[in-house]
Amino acid sequence: MSEHSSYTPGNAVEKWLDDRLPVVRFAKEHLMDFPTPKNLNYWWTFGAILVMCLGVQIVTGVILAMHYTPNVGLAFDSVEHIRRDVNGGRIIQAVHAVGASMFFVALYIHMFRGLFYGSYKAPREIIWILGVLIFILTVATAFMGYILPWGQMSFWGATVISNIFSAIPVVGENIKQLVLGGFAVGNPTLNRFFSLHYLLPFVIAAIVGLHIWALHVPGNNNPIGVEVKESRDTVPFHPYYTMKDLFAMVVFMIPFAWFVFFAPDILGHPDNYIMANSQVTPAHIVPEWYLLPFYTILRAIDFNVLFIDSKLGGVIAMGGALVMLLIVPWLDTSKVRSGSFRPLFKWFYWLFVINFVALTYLGAQPAEAPYTHLAKLCTAYYFLYFLVILPVLSRIETPKPLPTSISESVLGKAHA
Amino acid sequence: MATQAEHSSTNRRDFLFVATGAVGAVGAAAVVWPLINQLNPDASTLALASIEFDVGAIPEGQSVTITWRGLPVFVRHRTGAEIEEAKAVPLSELKDPETDEARTKEGHEEWLIMIANCTHLGCIPVGESGDFDGWFCPCHGSHYDSAGRIRRGPAPKNLVVPPYEFVSDTLVQIG
Repeated sequence: MSEHSSYTPGNAVEKWLDDRLPVVRFAKEHLMDFPTPKNLNYWWTFGAILVMCLGVQIVTGVILAMHYTPNVGLAFDSVEHIRRDVNGGRIIQAVHAVGASMFFVALYIHMFRGLFYGSYKAPREIIWILGVLIFILTVATAFMGYILPWGQMSFWGATVISNIFSAIPVVGENIKQLVLGGFAVGNPTLNRFFSLHYLLPFVIAAIVGLHIWALHVPGNNNPIGVEVKESRDTVPFHPYYTMKDLFAMVVFMIPFAWFVFFAPDILGHPDNYIMANSQVTPAHIVPEWYLLPFYTILRAIDFNVLFIDSKLGGVIAMGGALVMLLIVPWLDTSKVRSGSFRPLFKWFYWLFVINFVALTYLGAQPAEAPYTHLAKLCTAYYFLYFLVILPVLSRIETPKPLPTSISESVLGKAHA
Repeated sequence: MATQAEHSSTNRRDFLFVATGAVGAVGAAAVVWPLINQLNPDASTLALASIEFDVGAIPEGQSVTITWRGLPVFVRHRTGAEIEEAKAVPLSELKDPETDEARTKEGHEEWLIMIANCTHLGCIPVGESGDFDGWFCPCHGSHYDSAGRIRRGPAPKNLVVPPYEFVSDTLVQIG
């Protein structure tokens, strides 16, 4: 889409630079003149919002690391020190903690948008797979970040999740000790998680670069899922979408700011304001809300399947729920991308969204009936949706007629 | 003759190529291993491997939790009823079959010493609760009986009995 170059160096200096390192040309072609479908709706602004979220986390995180101490004796107090003593620390710490939640709000919306509009379909499979990798890395980064304040939930969350490794047959216990640097979560664990929590966001930023690179080969998908056919189907990225994305960012900042200024702790757990104690488990361990759907799937498997015991089974199910996303492009073989033109798909899709919210809710409930039964039901639907419903719908569904082009769908038949 | 020499020199070159690659791979692995091995438990962590504890002060029907290698350990002084109940369970009813005798020391059946982490995902189960008069793990709902054996829920194994021995009537050495 960007075969023709729209850039002509304006003066001798630009010409000199362009012959040696064409960064200005690159910016002009990919950030300003990039042809973008003219019918993108607001669900398409979350990519830019996510770039902003990553930036906010990196900037606030680097600042917090200047005041934080990764040691079991000092970590809890150093976070309180940031919140009470450091100039502006109260707000910077809150932006980082709330920012993690807002990051996942945007991530989930971005992914559900892709699932509805079939943005994972050819030729955009690699964009989707890179996105899933970014999601998994973000989960890992957020999880390790939650350990750092060294509260009760930090400690017991780390204990529960690191025990996942011990489910691996034969070498599991050794791998767990390798990960923790001891027989239980302790100072070596806190130190290495801090190191990795600082490293991973930069790895994520690099993969985001690849994600956008892969996006700029075929260009954006769009709400009707019909490829761009002629130049009048598109508008230049700048100023049309730079302004739209900026506006969406500002709107997104409103709830963000509300949490930061009025309820910085509401998304956290009160038990995390008690310092970690390896002798006392909180009555009810809950991970951060954004990990709950996968936590529900982990504990839904409380029965043995053939030779696989319940513990390994839960770990396989949780891992499978993530890996499942990687193969979605090959499970949904329907030629029609957009859910808007798939009358049956729509129902199952919205049921999947409701089911995902239900999985989130169930993860925060105690491990007893009726929640345990509902958890099994919702876990079953999660897997059925990908493994059965998507492949079967692709075969049996008759899609509605598609508009012939983006321009036709925007302007109506009269102009076509 | 010339072709043979050419042929053999190609072979020699192939050999050198593969050999260089192999030495390089071994060298790379030798460099990577210490970089991974540093993650394993260090000398100061391993140094805490053995402790002594006097169980004499625990009255019948009560438990204490002590720390061994950074892990919490239950020491329970069981009542006669609890021991009988544990012994009466047929092995066929158990998910991880183990007799009560195998989980205690002969002549010291009233003492049950176990690592206090649920074998599911490591939470500390709550004592004197659950459906089998033993422990209940609130995290994911595993029930253990009065010998610390898994009876229901997602945990795959009985609570782990650490290596220990009675040094005297009441002094226990764990590890």
